[in-house]
Amino acid sequence: MGLAEQQSGTGILSRLDPRVKLAIVVAWSIVLALAGGFPGALAGLAGSLALVLLARPEKPGAFFLRLLSINAFLVFVWLVLPFSFSMPGRRLAGLGPLVLTWEGVLLSSRLTIQALGITAGAMAVTSCSTVFQLMAAARSLGAPEKLAAMLALMTRYVMVVRDEYERLVWAMRVRGFRARASLHCLRSYANLAGMLLVRGLDRGERVHAAMVCRGYRGRFYLALDRRLSRLDAVALAALAAAVALAALADACLGPWA
Amino acid sequence: MPASEPIIRLSGLRFAYPRRPEVLRGLDLVADGETRLGLVGANGSGKTTLLSIVMGLVRPQAGTVEILGRVCRGEADFREVRPRLGFVFQDANDQLFCPTVADDIAFGPLNLGKSRAEAARIVGEVLGSLGLEGFGDRVTYDLSGGEKKLVALGTALALEPRILILDEPTTFLDERAVGRLEAIIGGLGLPVVIVSHDAAFLDRVTTSRLRMEDGRLVPVS
Repeated sequence: MGLAEQQSGTGILSRLDPRVKLAIVVAWSIVLALAGGFPGALAGLAGSLALVLLARPEKPGAFFLRLLSINAFLVFVWLVLPFSFSMPGRRLAGLGPLVLTWEGVLLSSRLTIQALGITAGAMAVTSCSTVFQLMAAARSLGAPEKLAAMLALMTRYVMVVRDEYERLVWAMRVRGFRARASLHCLRSYANLAGMLLVRGLDRGERVHAAMVCRGYRGRFYLALDRRLSRLDAVALAALAAAVALAALADACLGPWA
Repeated sequence: MPASEPIIRLSGLRFAYPRRPEVLRGLDLVADGETRLGLVGANGSGKTTLLSIVMGLVRPQAGTVEILGRVCRGEADFREVRPRLGFVFQDANDQLFCPTVADDIAFGPLNLGKSRAEAARIVGEVLGSLGLEGFGDRVTYDLSGGEKKLVALGTALALEPRILILDEPTTFLDERAVGRLEAIIGGLGLPVVIVSHDAAFLDRVTTSRLRMEDGRLVPVS
């Protein structure tokens, strides 16, 4: 399956205008990123989970697996942040020179909630659109043309490059190549990476030539022929209310609740 | 413009890639409204280079390229005439870069300043002429090789060209797909210039043949 058609969300969110979806992603990410304490972060996470429910991903299992894999960097947060060398504070536990602090654990927990909340919300909302709908929306909201074009071409060709990669790897395997920890192996992988780059460059040139042959002059015509519906208006109002609520929770309940 | 007036006229083309021997050495070629020409020649003999020069993608070191009566020297000249030449690349993946078939076919007409409604009409017509009704919303990446080739041809036809130029159109295609392509090219009534190694295919869709030899085109008996 191509990335271009990847739209796994089937819920009510998929009926929204892509511009509204972008607004939701941006606003909710900001709410979560700016949350100063647990009440705000948890409210944000709850909102994101509500978005997931509204998006109704086709395969919830795959959705949450992906959510975890995208947040793999949190492992590094937990490896570094809870300890006294990066977060001085009250001692919670210790092993020799390694001292776990309350402040460190709390900060790591809050960051985890925020990161999961932001990615869950963004993934839920964007899974209800194709990449190109979102791009057209971004373009109509004033995003630079070059950025939109890069995204479009990347989503179209990432699969082609992957196919090319697989063909090359197969061509290596049928000649007896096996991944080992050897210099020969490393050298072969370097050649593979180099070949992918060279081919990518060549392909880029051919794609550009083909576009020029069809009168391309640096402009893309992305279609977004729709007006905001009543549902979109309701969604925007709900978004505003939710943002206000989350901000209120964050401001009034303080860091501890 | 009467059919006999040349659409493409090349004279005295000379071309060499940097640090390589000359591939084109005083090449001449004329194609008009009646042309159904097959170009053959060994690998590396300069066939694709020749097509790239016709399209203005590379510039010859000597000689003139005249398209629809206009001598083309720089990008500005070629920009005007390119859409009149329907060029289909060897690898359809290079040509089809839009998410859906309809987007890709509409790309050319939109570039030419057509409205969305006009572009949509052209998309419908082109898909109809290719026997691909209902393919508009298909994702280009997921098409079969034969379908991709037909859609690539469609993106060229959407420009309403005066001539079709095909680079190795039958590579990667099975017999059925080749048969379909043949029927479509035959039915369009457009002049064609086809580079191919597929002699049987050229026999069926072209009426004359030239071979690239020592940087020039010579008739094939």
